[in-house]
Amino acid sequence: MKNKLLTGCLLVAAVCQPALAKLNVVATTPDFGAIAAVIGGDQVSVTTLAKPTEDPHFVDAKPSFILKLNRADAVIEGGADLEIGWLPRLLDEARNTKLAPGAPGRIACNPGIQLLEVPATMDRSKGDIHAAGNPHFLTDPANAKIVAEHIAESFTQLDPKSASLFAANLKRFSARLDEKLSLWDKELAPFRGQRVVAYHDSWPYFAHHFGLKIDLFLEPKPGIPPTPVHLADVILQMRAGHVRAILVEPYQSRKTAQTVGAETGATVVDVSQFPGGIKGTEGDYISLMDSVIHAVVKALGEAKSSS
Amino acid sequence: MAQGQETNQIDKIERQLKDMQENFEKQQREMKESFERLIQQQQEQIEALKKQLAQATNVVAGATATNQPSTQPSDAERQRLQQELAAKLGANAAPSAAPPPAPAPATAWSPTQPITIGRAGQAYMNISFDVLMDVGSSTAHDPSAELQLGDHDPISRGFSLRNAEIALDGAVDPYFKGFGNIVLKLDKDNETSIELEEAYLVSSSLPANLQLKAGQFFANFGRQNSQHPHQWAFVDEPLILTRTFGPDGLRNVGAQVSWLAPTPFFTEVSLGVMNGEGSTAFSFRNLGDNVMGTNRFHGRATLDRTLSGAGDLLYVPRISSSFDLTDQQTIVLGISGAFGPNDTESDARTEIGGVDLYWKWKAANSQAGFPFVSWQTEALIQRFEAGADPTVGLPSETLRDWGFYSQVLWGFTQRWVAGLRGEYVNGNEGLDDPNDVFRGERTRVSPNLTFYPSEFSKLRLQYNYDHGERFGTDHSIWLQMEFLLGAHGAHKF
Repeated sequence: MKNKLLTGCLLVAAVCQPALAKLNVVATTPDFGAIAAVIGGDQVSVTTLAKPTEDPHFVDAKPSFILKLNRADAVIEGGADLEIGWLPRLLDEARNTKLAPGAPGRIACNPGIQLLEVPATMDRSKGDIHAAGNPHFLTDPANAKIVAEHIAESFTQLDPKSASLFAANLKRFSARLDEKLSLWDKELAPFRGQRVVAYHDSWPYFAHHFGLKIDLFLEPKPGIPPTPVHLADVILQMRAGHVRAILVEPYQSRKTAQTVGAETGATVVDVSQFPGGIKGTEGDYISLMDSVIHAVVKALGEAKSSS
Repeated sequence: MAQGQETNQIDKIERQLKDMQENFEKQQREMKESFERLIQQQQEQIEALKKQLAQATNVVAGATATNQPSTQPSDAERQRLQQELAAKLGANAAPSAAPPPAPAPATAWSPTQPITIGRAGQAYMNISFDVLMDVGSSTAHDPSAELQLGDHDPISRGFSLRNAEIALDGAVDPYFKGFGNIVLKLDKDNETSIELEEAYLVSSSLPANLQLKAGQFFANFGRQNSQHPHQWAFVDEPLILTRTFGPDGLRNVGAQVSWLAPTPFFTEVSLGVMNGEGSTAFSFRNLGDNVMGTNRFHGRATLDRTLSGAGDLLYVPRISSSFDLTDQQTIVLGISGAFGPNDTESDARTEIGGVDLYWKWKAANSQAGFPFVSWQTEALIQRFEAGADPTVGLPSETLRDWGFYSQVLWGFTQRWVAGLRGEYVNGNEGLDDPNDVFRGERTRVSPNLTFYPSEFSKLRLQYNYDHGERFGTDHSIWLQMEFLLGAHGAHKF
């Protein structure tokens, strides 16, 4: 009798175990982390490696990250070489076959996304360019839908029992995003074709989606800090083209942007690619895009009303 | 009967054909109409756009006409801006009158573009070529004789090129990754020597958090021993590492198992087993230098001990742990050992122990990894059983050496790192010390400044204050340059 009870308990435990066990997921950057958390809901626990305020190209391969990857069921990465300076080494040391290339636990977010600025020639004299194309693709909110779908698919493959939950979460996220997208499109519509300056070339997808022209950067070449010679040229081009906004991310030099702003009358706009990079947007991709778009609209709108 | 059926069938087929023809014509008509509609719409759009463009051009032309000076800025205005910006922003580069480089065209992808081969992730391996060269001078006539004992250190007044490294790495198959490091260097006669610095595989799918490494590799001892010279923060090898592991670091053919422990913080335990033979196992089965026909090490004639059992191998255990003190601070602590026989007598042994610490702070909003502060310290102690050599009057004795280095790096702004390293080595008195450049008390202080134009190049200026009981005081100054071509695997923290 006692034995039977024990067996029964064990059986129940065995059956319940997978349902209780959450998927342990590590995301490289906070944008993927935020979307993964929304899709996974309470069936997934998400840990993010890079801080929203730091330069995602240069994250330290800290030993604690090795441990996190060692214990993960899945890793979510961009798949477009953004993390090439730190992730491969961490994965080598993580000793986790669930995250091996090609395994269901290795989730790259780029499939289905048309990468922009794929270099025709590999030439580092042009600066630190990414061989696979520009990796900052989540600055186009339409791409977030593709990424969310892909993450939901991957989660379903890893935890088929929670498929309906992931599907429902995806549906809710996509609906909310669609609703916002049409609002954002409307808000930015009056500024189509306007030129905006950015510190680093991280906004081509944003520009592409909203019809802005973000092709002038404070960096002379990707990864090379601004020089007076280059900035003087940027200022003259901005004056000639009546450019009204300079996009700066948390880890970029605001002082440089402010100096250029003072010379040109353009507004320095604090933006971020990552939820949490702007205060109040922690863990929420949509509210991050909301603040980015509102900040850009405000800067461009002010310029419009003042001119 | 049969004919009637046939006629019926022919009729049927004819009807079907007619239907098909009618359908086809109808579809064609519809398609034509819709195309016409589409073309008309597009033409209307084009006309509208043309009008807009004309208007915009007029506006721009007007603006150009009225604002001639601002859109056609004089060189004077450009120069004034450059100087002002340089003053305001603490210039990254001096303003120059040279015309600015044309902005790189933003190349959007188009399907007609050729696909380039050899893109990262599309090649089977990373291939890189890294060159370190030095130029400088020292108050010592021959810096390599006593001051710069490391194999990749600058060796002479003037120019030295002591590390041109071809590094290869990639996945072998689902089970292994492979690494190779081939180093070329130029000696004082500008002759090239080549060494297979590393060639090993690492398992990628062992169970139980284990990892296997096999081949020729740097022993996992402390921090700097397993780093390649281009990762070093100073132009030369720390003194204590040269004393214990020799000019080339501790590396040999062997195998290593490492294990990630199930602790709540990062802990890795590893054990390396190596042949421990030759000059890259300096204090172990190393025949030493040939002095007038006899191989000698620490003054003693050496014996060519062949491996007679597991006890003759070199064992390198290590344990290291890491903690994130805060979100911006990480510390790594380690203890390492190296145990094996040496060649000065048939049962002579060497034991080396070491502790190491690495602490790093990096700003929460760091750009390109800056600003940061790091502190690295290693302390080692060595016990070397030196055999007797009656032919030169040396008894058996135990040589004890100890020492440490401690270095602080401050990446104060993007691309710039200031460093300061202090070192001290000493040992007990040995009877052959007067002839031995690897013994005796010595202190070295080295401030340096490194500029990284990009991740792939650097310029480093270093001054060494050197004081040793053998040579007194010497001063050296070195400028090191590095360039790296190709794709190079990411480095360990």
